[in-house]
Amino acid sequence: MVSPLQYLATAPKQMMNWAAENLVTRRQLITDNEQYKINELAFHEQALQLAIVKRENDRLRALLASPLRGEAKKMVAEILAVDSDPYTHQVVINRGANDGVYEGQAVIDDEGIVGQILHVGTTSSRVLLITDVTHAVPVRVSRNGVRLIASGVGVIDILTHNYVPHSTDIRVGDVLVTSGLGGKFPEGYPVAQVTTVLQDESRAFSQIQSQPVAKIDRLRYVLLLWPEQLNVQPANNIITRPDKKAGSKRL
Amino acid sequence: MTSRLIILLTFLVALMASIMPLPLSVDAFRPDWVLVVLLYWCLALPARVNVISAGVMGFILDVLLGSTLGVHAGAMAISVYIIAGNFQKIRNFSVWQQALIVGVLSALYHLIVFWLQRFLTDAVFLPSYLYPVLTTIILWPWAFLLLRKIRRNFRIT
Repeated sequence: MVSPLQYLATAPKQMMNWAAENLVTRRQLITDNEQYKINELAFHEQALQLAIVKRENDRLRALLASPLRGEAKKMVAEILAVDSDPYTHQVVINRGANDGVYEGQAVIDDEGIVGQILHVGTTSSRVLLITDVTHAVPVRVSRNGVRLIASGVGVIDILTHNYVPHSTDIRVGDVLVTSGLGGKFPEGYPVAQVTTVLQDESRAFSQIQSQPVAKIDRLRYVLLLWPEQLNVQPANNIITRPDKKAGSKRL
Repeated sequence: MTSRLIILLTFLVALMASIMPLPLSVDAFRPDWVLVVLLYWCLALPARVNVISAGVMGFILDVLLGSTLGVHAGAMAISVYIIAGNFQKIRNFSVWQQALIVGVLSALYHLIVFWLQRFLTDAVFLPSYLYPVLTTIILWPWAFLLLRKIRRNFRIT
């Protein structure tokens, strides 16, 4: 109901952005274009590789009788430059119920998890960032699979991990990825990188802090993820065992 | 009818100004636009704008800022209640004295918001939460003159 007001408030900023994007010199466009052509070539080559690797991965997963990963539906959303309460870490995006956004949906950027949808309006919705005090993500260390919880502390570049025993194998520089255990975030997206590990034996637990890999303070475009569709068939007709139940349970 | 529309319009502008994106360095100094407009109308026309309108504006601000519903509404209603109880006295003060009183009320407003947030989420107090008080004091005389001009021009009673 208040989204017209929000769109109105961000209008001047949008106009400045529009002007900055549309008023560029011809020379700059040409150099950009050349750069994009080179990039496209490189990405295209990687995409070829990816298709092969993906097929191979699907085949291996089918052999292991583990559920296949389908293509999740994604949608790009833009951050509306709207100010928020200084006590919370939230942003407003320009997608709402009209686009099928739902509460609790995972939001990522090109580097990692950004947060989840907190409140859905008709044409805009509010994202709770992972650094908010009230937010926590179940993660695992990608190196060895140790499970942790990454909770926000209200500082834009810090996440903490409470109740981690001293014996846990975790080192500075470890990458933490979503474990998919909470059911909110899909598995395997990077969340943070461990920055400090303090093992003070006089304390009950070791103190671990990490830094989000998503550029949370420089967001402009984010991706909304929808859960994978259930009706994904195993590729190449290798195995279709009756234990498809395992796949449906996982969601 | 038109007078009601114009009062509503001033509130809309105030709401918009309070969510307008600002550079980070200036953002902490954003004055309480909604509170200033509310206080002016409450001083000038206490029969039209009072604690209930303050609560409604606070709720809209809560939705716009994404804070817990009722935090700004409660703080706004309490600050406006104090003015609504003493409007006859405060009306006769000079603009600068009024500005000081508005500053005190703005500080009260921010402290109530902080206390409620502290109660809800263990927020930590930063002096920067009270910077808006300074800008609100500076804003008051100008807002007062402008809104009085609007009120006299459109003969809002």
